[in-house]
Amino acid sequence: MTAASTNLGTLSVLDRPNSYIGKVVPRPNLDRLMQGRGLYVSDIELPRMAHVVFLRSPHAHARIMAIDATAARRMAGVIAIVAGAELATVITPWVGVLSHLKGLKSAPQHAIAIDRACWQGEAVAAIVATSRAVAEDAAELVSVDYEELPVVTDMRTALDPQTPVIHPSLGDNLAFERNLDAGAVDAAFAGSDEVVEAEFIFGRHTGVTLEPRAVVADWNAAEARLTIYQGTQAPHMVQNIAALHLGLEESAVRVVCKDVGGSFGIKVHIYADEMATYALSKLLRRPVKFVADRFESFNTDIHARDHRCWGRIGVKRDGTIMAFEIDDLTGIGPYSMYPRTSAIEANQVVNLVGGPYATKNYRARARVVFQNKNVMCQYRAVGHPIACSVTEGLVDLAAAKIGIDPVEIRRRNLIADDAYPCASPSGLRFELLSHHAALNKLVDMMDYDALRSDQAALRKKGIHRGIGIASFIEVTNPSAAFYGVGGARISSQDGVAVRLDATGSVICQTSITEQGQGSESLTAQIVGSVMGVSMERVRVILGDTDNTPYGGGTWASRGAGIGGEAALQAAKILRRNVLDVAAAILQSSPAELDVVDNAIVNASDGLLRIELRELARIVYFRPDTLPPGIQPELMATRHFVPRQYPFAFTNGVQASWLEVDTDTGFVKLLRHWVVEDCGTIINPQLVDEQIRGGVVQGLGAALFEQCIYDERGQLTNANMADYLVPMSGEMPDIDVGHVVSRTSETELGAKGAGEAGTAGAAAAVANAVNDALRPFGAVMTEIPLTPRLILAALRRI
Amino acid sequence: MRILLDVNGARVEADVLPRVNLADFLREHLELTGTHVGCEHGVCGACTVRVNGEIVRSCLMLAVQAHGASVQTIEGLSDSGEISDLQAAFRDRNALQCGFCTPGMLMAAQDLLQQQELPDRQRIRQHLSGNYCRCTGYQAIIDAVESTARARAGHAP
Repeated sequence: MTAASTNLGTLSVLDRPNSYIGKVVPRPNLDRLMQGRGLYVSDIELPRMAHVVFLRSPHAHARIMAIDATAARRMAGVIAIVAGAELATVITPWVGVLSHLKGLKSAPQHAIAIDRACWQGEAVAAIVATSRAVAEDAAELVSVDYEELPVVTDMRTALDPQTPVIHPSLGDNLAFERNLDAGAVDAAFAGSDEVVEAEFIFGRHTGVTLEPRAVVADWNAAEARLTIYQGTQAPHMVQNIAALHLGLEESAVRVVCKDVGGSFGIKVHIYADEMATYALSKLLRRPVKFVADRFESFNTDIHARDHRCWGRIGVKRDGTIMAFEIDDLTGIGPYSMYPRTSAIEANQVVNLVGGPYATKNYRARARVVFQNKNVMCQYRAVGHPIACSVTEGLVDLAAAKIGIDPVEIRRRNLIADDAYPCASPSGLRFELLSHHAALNKLVDMMDYDALRSDQAALRKKGIHRGIGIASFIEVTNPSAAFYGVGGARISSQDGVAVRLDATGSVICQTSITEQGQGSESLTAQIVGSVMGVSMERVRVILGDTDNTPYGGGTWASRGAGIGGEAALQAAKILRRNVLDVAAAILQSSPAELDVVDNAIVNASDGLLRIELRELARIVYFRPDTLPPGIQPELMATRHFVPRQYPFAFTNGVQASWLEVDTDTGFVKLLRHWVVEDCGTIINPQLVDEQIRGGVVQGLGAALFEQCIYDERGQLTNANMADYLVPMSGEMPDIDVGHVVSRTSETELGAKGAGEAGTAGAAAAVANAVNDALRPFGAVMTEIPLTPRLILAALRRI
Repeated sequence: MRILLDVNGARVEADVLPRVNLADFLREHLELTGTHVGCEHGVCGACTVRVNGEIVRSCLMLAVQAHGASVQTIEGLSDSGEISDLQAAFRDRNALQCGFCTPGMLMAAQDLLQQQELPDRQRIRQHLSGNYCRCTGYQAIIDAVESTARARAGHAP
């Protein structure tokens, strides 16, 4: 490519010479993390900092009759012991509802329980001491007199008239219900040759971020200002909520987010114990640190899934899918989480079931009920794994019923690649998807026919292997339609400020955040590419409400698509401003100049005219030498939010190849394939690793992970020895391929990729297990697919 | 109790309560915060350090048990350059996302590479199966360890 063709006016910024877009480049922040020189919240120490430990209810539902902290208060090193009523003088309660989720209700929740604890693990008192060890010792001396109350644990009976109502003021245990009836469902089932139904059961599981939730809250009474150090995905949301409930102006709250040890949606919410920590700092006028231990993580980090979803599908004998119908039930704990609410997952299930397919006939009901278990809320791929497992499970059951190959039935029913734009029966608008291209690519990558031959050959030797396919759609780049329209102050727009510093480097402040996805890298890649500056000379600042533009943060696969576009637009303005100054200095015109490799060059022949470093020196230190009337503006800010489409839908398809040991019930994962379409790929390696990590989270749900409660609402496996997570030994290699359908809503064209892996992995595994066990007549529609479940289905136990 | 030990080549003398575990001692007394605490019950591997040449879970060992021992943490291994090739492989392969497991993962990987010249992928997966990573899905980590092993053995990557 010649320099002459590089003018931004005629060429996409994505195709500039030395562009980093589409390239594998190492993330700038890795050395810090690899050398143990990161700064996670758990590493932060401040002068006069106290440590808080929460005393938590051992009962799932109990009245708090009395708290006696006399002995604990006498311990050396104890600073304060604070119960709910006292803390409520500093921080107000909240109710986790959104107005666009019609009918959603919840009860006021306090930072520390007052009078009543509603799940095992709810904090009933805070013990603040000079060290965590002292606080833990003191906690053992605090005695709480509880009166146990009846518990609601089984979601199936939560709505029965004889079941106690957890919050009497709400009238019943129903938090939310949504009904949808699209097309002509009854006629479609009546016209089907076969109708297949099943109940799909999803275990409650949780995020198990390796770094537990952690907060350091520092109220400076002299400044009347609160600084919150927190590993959060959404700093401005935390700022808003903390200010609102502490009675402060937003400007009196600063949220700083340094390195975060995993998030996955776990750290996008506001937890009662975090609110309590902010309030304790204000109450005690000193920094207070809270770091959850692993037991607390299991008992208080949001749980997810825990759905029972009945579904049915109608098909013609030729494989045409006529209709889907579902009835979904989920239990969310005693409160809807704040501020994103706990109705979103069920709502997503209704939205997404049947999403990849052309049929217009779809009926759904979803009910969300309260129970005395830990709170449940949005975790990576919210609703997607449920919807995908139900849809793809039903499609496979239908295919088996009419004797069609699983790939073939999908080919006959997936929305055609030339049918876009179009909408789903639930009203989702698809700009451009690529189901068929993705499926074709997947079939090639896995050599589907050869695998089927292998499967048949191995069957004869008593080895039972299975292939599972799962197509999916994925919600990314959410607009205000997700939260803003419902009244939540969660920004859907993001901002980026870029400036040329005095040595010709670029400083970039973005409102998206980094938890390992590569936000810092993709921002630097975009800004470097657009500016013509090498990546080493782009410094990205994020995670600080005092020092970044206002924005949403990183969640729901929005960082690259929304924050990336803001970065692109900001860099374009800065580049134009730089060229204006260069033209003035060089007595040229901006159109005749370009920025390439950290220097101003002739657009025509690429001849070096002036280094950016020298331009910056003149602007900042010798402005007296500039022509009259020139005021350089070497800083530019742009914001972006999607407006045309509420969500940028993406799509993909996964396949699992596994072996089931019919004697032990163990499943051995042999290989996994994913083809997904996230539009423009900014950094292929980052995308692939998002997919792989997401897949493994889905595999954990498919085979291992489950929060096991007993009938009294006691979580019985709240540790990492009993709650099983995927470890390297059991995980397969995962091949990732791509189809690229850019969104035309942005110049960047990027959609998200963060949920894709988790969305379809469990469905692919469940379909593969059923495929492996088809000769035995065993059908399983429950995850995790434990050996016990498999042996039971095989009638071996 | 008074303990005397060597940490990353420096002589350390300290008074510690008998109940303080080695992870907390390293992090809180010596401010070596590269050693992470993930589960505090010996499952996740984030706190892996080297004691007298063997990798241990520092959350399962008391600081007083390290009396007289030689302890190496991620800070020491990084500064000595012992694992610079492994770290470069992790960087090139994006074998970390949030990075919280990474110090422990590097410790465990280096331990394997010292034991065995050319471990195959299954062996690498096995050796690292006591180190939990929620972000990567492990494949990139396995790739990075495998390529380091090959490079150290003089093979083409």
